[in-house]
Amino acid sequence: MDAKDILGLPKTPLPITQEKKSQPKKDSQRKPDGISREVYALTGGLAPLMPSIDTTQLKRRPPSDEKITWQWLPFTNSARKDNLQLYHWVRVVNGVSPTGDYSFAKYNKSVDIVRYTDEEYEKHLTDPMWTKKETDQLFDLCERFDLRFIIIADRFPSSRTVEELKDRYYSVSRAILLARAPSPGDVSAHPLIKEPYNVSQEVDRKRALSMVLSQTKQQERKDAEVLAEAKRITESRMAARGVEESTLHVAPNAGPEIAETANVDGTVSPSSNVQLASAAVAPSTSVTAENASTLASLRMLRVYLRTYALEQMVQAASSTAGLRTIKRVEQILQDLGVNLKPRVPTKAVCAEHLELRKEILTLLNLQKQLQYKEAEGSSFRDGSYTEMPGTPKRSHRDQDGIFIPDSMSFGGERAGRRDQKRKGPGRLSDAPASPAAHKRPRKLKASDL
Amino acid sequence: MSRAEDTEKKIKKLKDVEISVPIVYGNISFWLGKKANEYQSHKWTVYVRGATNEDLGVVIKRAVFQLHSSFNNPTRVVESPPFELSEAGWGEFEIAITLYFQSDVCDKPMNLYHHLKLYPEDESGPMSTKKPVVVESYDEIVFPEPSEGFFARVQSHPAVTLPRLPAGFTLPPVPVEDASKRKRGDTKDHPLSQWFMNFSEADELLQLAAARQQVQAHIAKLRRQISLIDGQHQQLKSTSDQ
Repeated sequence: MDAKDILGLPKTPLPITQEKKSQPKKDSQRKPDGISREVYALTGGLAPLMPSIDTTQLKRRPPSDEKITWQWLPFTNSARKDNLQLYHWVRVVNGVSPTGDYSFAKYNKSVDIVRYTDEEYEKHLTDPMWTKKETDQLFDLCERFDLRFIIIADRFPSSRTVEELKDRYYSVSRAILLARAPSPGDVSAHPLIKEPYNVSQEVDRKRALSMVLSQTKQQERKDAEVLAEAKRITESRMAARGVEESTLHVAPNAGPEIAETANVDGTVSPSSNVQLASAAVAPSTSVTAENASTLASLRMLRVYLRTYALEQMVQAASSTAGLRTIKRVEQILQDLGVNLKPRVPTKAVCAEHLELRKEILTLLNLQKQLQYKEAEGSSFRDGSYTEMPGTPKRSHRDQDGIFIPDSMSFGGERAGRRDQKRKGPGRLSDAPASPAAHKRPRKLKASDL
Repeated sequence: MSRAEDTEKKIKKLKDVEISVPIVYGNISFWLGKKANEYQSHKWTVYVRGATNEDLGVVIKRAVFQLHSSFNNPTRVVESPPFELSEAGWGEFEIAITLYFQSDVCDKPMNLYHHLKLYPEDESGPMSTKKPVVVESYDEIVFPEPSEGFFARVQSHPAVTLPRLPAGFTLPPVPVEDASKRKRGDTKDHPLSQWFMNFSEADELLQLAAARQQVQAHIAKLRRQISLIDGQHQQLKSTSDQ
């Protein structure tokens, strides 16, 4: 059945319809060059996914007088040196079998390797690190494996790194080239002379590369570790909450004041990690400096809107924070039911709004710190966490319910983990018990790729 | 006081003093109902008023409303308070309002942007000719380091928020203008005043105070937890040292 039958069109329709109908059919099958401009435009002029055959070949019909047969014929391969006789199917036109070399022989490339005489070796190539025998072996292997140094290093009888082998090969080749040239200028354009092999750079490059590669794997493993430890951390946190609960019972009024004073002088309890403590304090000092400069630039305007001033101040205050942190601050503001932009931006309201934002930043910092400390604690406790005896357990949700949904503590966790990653190396050095600390040296050995 | 002294006073800047003018800007729009036609479905008024409906003329000399280019004379200049403009139309667009200040205030104009709103947020409800659509924004025009002349002139004016002057600083009293002589520029008895929105600083401050309290409590809790963990670490360290 034909589309024309369905549509009730005459069998010999207008030439236009015929053209329209027949063209796409041809297109999809074997006449890509017959494609109409419009249809081609639909493909966006993109290259086809599959390699396409030269369309002129397709268009040309084999002349009718050509008689093509396929025959099982012997052939020789000039790339071989053993004169092995093999057979393959060959397209024979009018009984004339194709002559010439085997078509794949040209792909057998071999590297032209410079060889030296004993005399040349004595004169130019002696090296305290290399014997002549070793050098000879190296050059034999270079020829045999076409400078595939990874394989050469594998087959090399004595233990040498890829870089050492390359260095020896290239320096010898260079020396010979220079020695044989009538003047140094004659070979200055030669790639071996122009771009000398730089061992130290190459070693550094591979070390850097392997560090990058090993880093990600390390992090992957670390992520898995973090997930595995999550349970333990929640446990320790619950214990901490229990203790906190009991201290609250002892001195119900003392808590906020202590926190307040701690807030003022900026010290964050006795901590093993000074770096972290200072990081938590730093933003507050820089914020005031930024505020001052923002105020100065506002004064320059001579007239401005309060909302504009607030925007500038908010921006300055969060300039040290990352985009994610800023988003978190805004999320918390929303959770607290506070307008991101005050509805009545008086001076007092703006000041309060700014203070609130700063406090939320402090809060996020502390969450990070707590997260970090919990992770640190569980790592140096080495899994043997001793739970406080007689501490009443309380559910997580129960405690947090008063303020800000779980997403907050969850986000804090994430932030904490990120923090850990960033400070990874530093942490490893002061916590040698961590299993991750052993990984790096091993990774470095794998750099001989 | 000599004339030279007088001009000097006017130019001299007051450091660490800022004058702010609380304003409200926005629009009120009435649907014309049966009288509506294709091009004029709403009658609207866009304005800049004092937050407490005081006369802004003491600071603002002129307001220029830049309407959509499809209006006749799209640049409308209002030379005296109240700074408002009424029009009829069918479309919403952004109105740029340029405020020019009195000569002793600031020679730089300032721009406000208001998106004219004619149609109510929730489109399901029937449109009413009685109840207008009101959109207003509160803001404050801030003049950092105002001139002494400006300060002296407006120091007792209700449209302006002033800080207390530093101790030992006195300004000559300014003759109080006879209110009856002036054309009234305030919007206290404005025909639309029943629709004006309320902007309560107190509510906003309460909300913020409550939020800050919550955050501070959380901070205190976190600090306690951190010190607790530190204590545990110390303990573990000392036991492992033994």
